[in-house]
Amino acid sequence: MTLLPDLALVLLILTAAVWTVAVRDRRDAVIGFIVVGLLLSLAWVRLNAVDVALTEAAIGGGATGLLLLRACARLVPRPAESVLPHPAMRILTVLLCSAIAAGLAAIVLMPVEPPATLAPEAAASMGELGLGNPITVVLLAYRALDTLLEKVVLVLALIGVWTLTPDQFWGGAPASLRAQQSSGALTLLAQVLPPVGVVIGVYLIWNGADHPGGTFQGGTVLAAMWLLVMMADLREPPEIRLHSLRLLVILGPVVFLVAGFAGFWIANGFLSYPPAFAKPIIVIVEAALALSIAVILGMLVAGPAARAPR
Amino acid sequence: MMPAGYATSEGGALLVIAVMLPIVGMIAIFALGLRRAERIAFIILPGGLLIALAIAAEVARTGAAVTYVLGGWQPPLGIALQADGLSATLMVLTALILCAVGLFARGTFSTPPDMSEARRPMVFWTLMLGLWSALNTVFLGQDLFNLFVALEFLTFSAVPLVCLDGRRETVQAALRYLLFALIGSVFYLLGAALLYGAYGTLDMAGLRLQAHYNPATSVALGLMIVGLMAKAALFPLHLWLPPAHAGAPAAASAVLSALVVKAPFFLILRLWFDVAPQPGNQLAAQMLAWLGIFSIVFCSIIALRQVRLKLMIAYSTVAQIGYLFLVFPLVMASDAPSAWQSIGWTGGVLQLVSHALAKASMFLAAGLIAEALGHDRIDNLNGAVTAVPISVAAFGLAGLSLMGLPPSGGFVAKLMLLTAATETANWWIVAAILVGGILAASYVFRVLGRAMAAPKIGFKTLAHIPLHRELAVLGLAISAVVLGFVPLQPFAFLGIGRVGLP
Amino acid sequence: MIGTATVYGLCASGLVAIGLYGLVLHPTPLRKVIAFNLLGSGTFVLFGVAARRGGAAGFLADPVPQAMVITGIVVAFASTALAVALLLRLQETGASSIETTPPEQQDNGAS
Repeated sequence: MTLLPDLALVLLILTAAVWTVAVRDRRDAVIGFIVVGLLLSLAWVRLNAVDVALTEAAIGGGATGLLLLRACARLVPRPAESVLPHPAMRILTVLLCSAIAAGLAAIVLMPVEPPATLAPEAAASMGELGLGNPITVVLLAYRALDTLLEKVVLVLALIGVWTLTPDQFWGGAPASLRAQQSSGALTLLAQVLPPVGVVIGVYLIWNGADHPGGTFQGGTVLAAMWLLVMMADLREPPEIRLHSLRLLVILGPVVFLVAGFAGFWIANGFLSYPPAFAKPIIVIVEAALALSIAVILGMLVAGPAARAPR
Repeated sequence: MMPAGYATSEGGALLVIAVMLPIVGMIAIFALGLRRAERIAFIILPGGLLIALAIAAEVARTGAAVTYVLGGWQPPLGIALQADGLSATLMVLTALILCAVGLFARGTFSTPPDMSEARRPMVFWTLMLGLWSALNTVFLGQDLFNLFVALEFLTFSAVPLVCLDGRRETVQAALRYLLFALIGSVFYLLGAALLYGAYGTLDMAGLRLQAHYNPATSVALGLMIVGLMAKAALFPLHLWLPPAHAGAPAAASAVLSALVVKAPFFLILRLWFDVAPQPGNQLAAQMLAWLGIFSIVFCSIIALRQVRLKLMIAYSTVAQIGYLFLVFPLVMASDAPSAWQSIGWTGGVLQLVSHALAKASMFLAAGLIAEALGHDRIDNLNGAVTAVPISVAAFGLAGLSLMGLPPSGGFVAKLMLLTAATETANWWIVAAILVGGILAASYVFRVLGRAMAAPKIGFKTLAHIPLHRELAVLGLAISAVVLGFVPLQPFAFLGIGRVGLP
Repeated sequence: MIGTATVYGLCASGLVAIGLYGLVLHPTPLRKVIAFNLLGSGTFVLFGVAARRGGAAGFLADPVPQAMVITGIVVAFASTALAVALLLRLQETGASSIETTPPEQQDNGAS
């Protein structure tokens, strides 16, 4: 009967998901999506994945939700779902989706015994590096190439978003994130919260080597604080041609690349770490990555430039 | 259950540089905010070409695959990169086409004199370098999750190139492309999740050793292949491609049609022959071939009815990709000792390579024709040969490959496929190849006929095209023709490093 | 006896189905993007189920698929950001859906 909370949570998640897809108004759909994200964070905790829960709450629920809400605010109101899909299409899709769900459910209900896992291998090699958080070890050591490439993907996404700037605005600043009505409460929050948030963010990065936390979680908290300050109109989004902005964006990938190439000389090859210095190098790389992530996430939410450079 | 280990081979570091060099270039352009972003690109392009050639030479020299184990961590915990004969061939192809496109695009994305950095040059050159790194990662990757990240890398580099112009239709096309690509990625990832759940590894060599047919494996591979089909624009999931490839600037279209759309097909090959339990599923192979046949016939007919040149070439891409999917039943049914010693395999790879060269050349030629005449309506191309004779000639030469006429790589490829099809008694495939050739001839000659016709009254050339651009186009077309001189037999280099070879 | 991981595995199957339904049927890009995110979340939970089942050697869960999920969440966010930027630009330039005007009717010539 210890399954009861899990069953309840799953039921809530699925109900919220169905509502998100079925509801007419798109703002409601975004709210529903944020609710699903937050509930999923709880699910991740139940799945013994605290790092993932932090990331899902920060990025999946928080940053994505903010992005979608801003999009909703800027989209022209339209008659809700004026073009309904053909009933035949709907039935076909329902059949297809049910078949896929049934197939996946059947596979989930027939687990492999003994469970297929890489945990023993992961544990065995962790001692060499001296870190306590296995997720950090996987992200920055075992599968460092994936993390490096994914940082590059983030930079590319930023370039992609900036591509949509009209030519005459290139180099300028994105549209102001100022909320519709200036709110004294928001301004107060934006003056009080960021110092605390920055400390929490730095703590998450620093601590991520040995405990849940790390680049993404810390970086997102920093990004959230910056976005809060921009939304309360205490700061403007920076111009995209600013050198300092460009340097902050590439700081993470560059530090990671330098550490990676240094591995050719001081360790076992690309993206490997000398056992004595593994932890300091990894923490430095993580700090640089988190800073870049904070800037990139903030600029991705801010969007392409919307006015000419001054 | 530990699979056979990977060992870093001599020269393995070249693989790392092949992936990282374009990234370094990309970051440099982004950070420096230069007036002439292409200066950095022109340092990276020859460097990357040399690396690709060096890797191919190393593979040929040792007669074995070149491997690099990252950080010394053995897969499946860690990640390895490996270049076998096929990967090395595709990497050299990528480098050649990108260098030609770079030469073509030199000086075209200019910065106004009063600005320090402009949108188009910065975006174009960073994304091109990103595409290069992504393609190399796809060709070298051995881990299914690493390949997922590489596929996303590829999508993010390709999509903004489609809407570089900023016109409404191109933004529409880019959004559609992105959505199809994301569906493909998520299906692929779903399959990977099931495979990990079943086997505890996403390393291809490890999966090959352990995989056996059970519901989880079949569903997983099915999902992954469907996702990759959407990315490779196989009928009926091809609707996103024509507007996207036609809307991009000519240089970008060339790379998109020649290389970007082939990478998912390469992964389907790898999943089919390197991961799936052998012998493969006959029914699935036949279904893929049938979709290929529909692609060839249906999309060639649509190409014939196009009004605009770039759209015609884009539909032709979808049709020619159909040929690639004929490979599966041909290879499986052949009685060669292993898959890569069959003539169907060599024919398929040759089709991929010669189509890449020919299609790149065609798109670039179409771009030059459009610049010279100011439009690309096929019916009004009269007199193009007086404006850009070299480009029209290149178009014709590239067309030889598409039609399957000698001498051209396309001719040898289609002949190999026909041989394989007749040997294995796949008569529908024989019919499709022949019909496809006739249809391709129709749409190519339609364009050539107009282009070589006398100019109409009031014809004037709108822009003068520099010679180096036309020569770049011609170079690619000639390469497609030169491939026509390969011998008509399985090519041993393509078999180096493939598993299962005695 | 069904374990915790299996319950969430069934949740994942549901999320995948719901997300796919929305992705295929909703006409507007924003709703498609939301549905895509649901589909992605379902996929990530499947990785999480494999991780939970794979707890061994002193770990409560297999860290490798969890790390993959973290990477995946970030990539999904980047995809959403690019898609949102595209659809907002589409609105600015006048089109309101991704149903393309037939290419033959676009007669603006040069590449």
